[in-house]
Amino acid sequence: MASRKHLAAVKGAKVLMVGAGGIGCELLKTLALSGFQDIHIIDMDTIEVSNLNRQFLFRQSHVGQSKAKVAREAVLKFRPEISITSYHANVKDSDFNVDFFKNFNVVLNGLDNLDARRHVNRLCLAADVPLIESGTTGFLGQVTVHVKGKTECYECQPKPAPKTYPVCTITSTPSKFVHCIVWAKELLFAKLFGDKNQANDLNVRSSDGASSSEQAEDVFEHRNDEDIEQYGRRIYDHVFGYNIEQALSNEETWKNRNRPRPIYSRDVMPNGLGQQNGSMEKNGASNDVYSVSAMASLGMKNPQDIWSLMENSRVFLEALKLFFLKRQKLAVEFVTSAANIRAASFGIPLHSLFEAKGIAGNIVHAVATTNAIIAGLIVIEAIKVLQNDTKNYRMTYCLEHPARKMLLMPVDPFEPNKSCYVCSETPLSLEINTHCTKLRDVVEKIVRAKLGMSLPLIMHGSALLYEVGDDLDEDMVANYAANLDKVLSELPTPVTSGTMLTIEDLQQELSCKINIKHREEFDEEKEPDGMVLSGWTQSPAVAQDDKKSTANAGSTSNASSSMEAERTDDVETTPGRKRKLSEVSEAVNPDIPGVAGSSTRNPEKLELVDDDDELVIFDNWDSVTSKKIKLQ
Amino acid sequence: MGRLCLGMDGEELTEQETALYDRQIRVWGAGAQRRLSKAHVLVCGITGTIAEFCKNIVLAGVGSLTLVDDRVVTEDALSANFLIPSDENVYAGKTLTELCRDSLKDFNPMVRVSVEKGRPLMPLFPDIIEIKNILHLDLTGDLSSFGSEFYGKFDVVVVSCCSFTTKKKNEETIECELHYPSFEESISVPWKSFPRRFSKQYFAMRVIERFEEAEQRKPGELSIADLPAVLKLKKELCEAQSLNESHIPNALLERLVTDTREFPPVCPIIGGILGQEVIKTISEKGDPVKNFFFFDAMDGKGIIEDVSGNP
Repeated sequence: MASRKHLAAVKGAKVLMVGAGGIGCELLKTLALSGFQDIHIIDMDTIEVSNLNRQFLFRQSHVGQSKAKVAREAVLKFRPEISITSYHANVKDSDFNVDFFKNFNVVLNGLDNLDARRHVNRLCLAADVPLIESGTTGFLGQVTVHVKGKTECYECQPKPAPKTYPVCTITSTPSKFVHCIVWAKELLFAKLFGDKNQANDLNVRSSDGASSSEQAEDVFEHRNDEDIEQYGRRIYDHVFGYNIEQALSNEETWKNRNRPRPIYSRDVMPNGLGQQNGSMEKNGASNDVYSVSAMASLGMKNPQDIWSLMENSRVFLEALKLFFLKRQKLAVEFVTSAANIRAASFGIPLHSLFEAKGIAGNIVHAVATTNAIIAGLIVIEAIKVLQNDTKNYRMTYCLEHPARKMLLMPVDPFEPNKSCYVCSETPLSLEINTHCTKLRDVVEKIVRAKLGMSLPLIMHGSALLYEVGDDLDEDMVANYAANLDKVLSELPTPVTSGTMLTIEDLQQELSCKINIKHREEFDEEKEPDGMVLSGWTQSPAVAQDDKKSTANAGSTSNASSSMEAERTDDVETTPGRKRKLSEVSEAVNPDIPGVAGSSTRNPEKLELVDDDDELVIFDNWDSVTSKKIKLQ
Repeated sequence: MGRLCLGMDGEELTEQETALYDRQIRVWGAGAQRRLSKAHVLVCGITGTIAEFCKNIVLAGVGSLTLVDDRVVTEDALSANFLIPSDENVYAGKTLTELCRDSLKDFNPMVRVSVEKGRPLMPLFPDIIEIKNILHLDLTGDLSSFGSEFYGKFDVVVVSCCSFTTKKKNEETIECELHYPSFEESISVPWKSFPRRFSKQYFAMRVIERFEEAEQRKPGELSIADLPAVLKLKKELCEAQSLNESHIPNALLERLVTDTREFPPVCPIIGGILGQEVIKTISEKGDPVKNFFFFDAMDGKGIIEDVSGNP
């Protein structure tokens, strides 16, 4: 690494940065200091107040502005002579196609979500441009190098799907606060304020197994002439009262569990009290979007206070009322109060808004120092990549507690996974009931959700079954729409056991094959999608129930146990020796899902962890926190 | 423990603080944030690494930060320091600390950033970062032109040498509790008492220090021409300490005398680790690293060594 040599490599390089958030700010600064002269940066986000504590290129006055643009201007202040091009756009936009990616010598990701990471990975593979991927959470971080044909691609190891819970735990038998949060956010909130037509498990199932939702469907509709307060109470009584009573009628369920208690608004808030929170008009008239809050209008100030059941109920009704004015902040208050009321029902301790917000997501535990360290490591790898110094590429883990004396642990990159459907051509296999599953389910649950395609095309032999695009004529669109609602075996070219489907994404230039296997029955809890995709990936439903299960990568490790039994012996690895995956995952924990190549999973911990404002769900907030304290 | 009192006269965080520090409060808790906001940090000597460190603790929300370094801006200082605007009209005639203060203030209006006049400390050893606690402050006079009364105002003192940080390695010592040895105590531990696979950087660093001391050089004032003399000194030291010479590879020493400028990507790494350790110390969340941290960009390892003599 002679200085002059890397300076030359760095000066002539054209680099693309994706993400101008926590890692992005640090990275752009470090690239500029390191002598990079031509940097392009894409970010679709605008600046928020809670970014300011670590995204140091941004100031209060920039709130609401484009991150990419402001970051560019800030760095040009201390390095005016370099060229920085900013794009306030989504990296998935069609402008950023393979030809665009081919302009660059290396792509550096500082992203906050799996979807965009996978998209960029595919474009880098198609354009044959090296990718350096990164991610942090709290004091943990990872940097990995992905060079086509030389190291594994970002998707060679399965990435954890967002945490899902067995449906019945959420709908009927919550035992932790997080279950109540998921219920409040994903079911109740989604039902009231999301797409009304979306199937939703909000209503409990009665003892005969039939959903009570048929008769209750219109409960959630706000009738035109209905008083909003009355509407709120009706919702309240339905979800916290009636539904719980329904659930209680399933005697079987409660044999070994504490029986929940139905809660009705009249018991918690006799009429008079409910009427008191009529400050809504005053608040609703305010022009300041940020000041509208059910809490504020009820005179509650500290987000760290735990509200009583009555207070939660008042916040619930007030937030519901105010929400019709479409104010963002209320979502958190609504979810908190609803989760707390449900928790009260099930005898689960209540939590403050502050805690609930952390669990509910949109919050990631980011620390400025980790982002800075990771940015430094990215630049070190980028310089190696630009010098084509293949044998020195490393993936590096930033740890919270030293493992084998190391806080920063470099590991040799893995070779490409020969059965990766993204960077090899191995077919996947899909078990599915071809007689009752619609093509729509395959598109939504597999092609979009699992394969991460945004502009998919599905072919059976040479027959096109489905396609997305701007340039389709009306007949085609109608034809595809009709196909979506058909079950697989009744499609114009029937899809049955043994069929090989070809799925392509034209923007990502990715094509893969799926082998269809018919299967009659699926376990409702473990296989909630009613289909199982395998080959490269694991079924998330299996992963969460079975700690031992990992994908075909062959390594298994329970990160939580290795966390406690931290290695203290002084085994230093010989430089250059290739470490086994298992060895790494033993020393490195917890892995940061969504980032590097280790297949370690800790089903008890968190699922999606990223740099920025991505949904994170801690399965057990309390145990995670106490574990940290214990280790320190 | 007087130190525990630092953050205990517990008024609540303001709404503004809660909003701004939202993400980090989720990591280290409101109590830790309160302690941070009451801490006073002194930094002597501005380098690229220290600029990173200052950014980190200002963002984290310490109470105040005081900078000491009267040097004016040179091209060298500009190279790894993003706190200095590159416009000569802006930096002409100003000291490093004045320029850094102006940028740092901007990062977080809730932190008081100030400048004290004075020469940067010239520590006996290059690149020492000492963190002193207000309770057991025993800075010896030869390190400083300020009296102990001056230091008494601070919870944490970070001493950095002014010109010597190489891309190959850096180190820090941290003293914050009674069981953490001082830097002087650490380096007086006999070499042969270290475990077999002890960091080579540690020994190499000591050789370089001894050389600079003997030649009366400023830290980092080295070139490849010094290599033969440095190698000779290494041989002598190894003999005196009964250490096999292979523990200090000549190639490592060669790198150290050749590259004496900061390597920009390493600055955020060392500055980040240092920031984290200082935040741990102040916030009382977790034990700071004990007690040396080495990073070598060549192999990418960030290693912690216990140099207390009783590991």
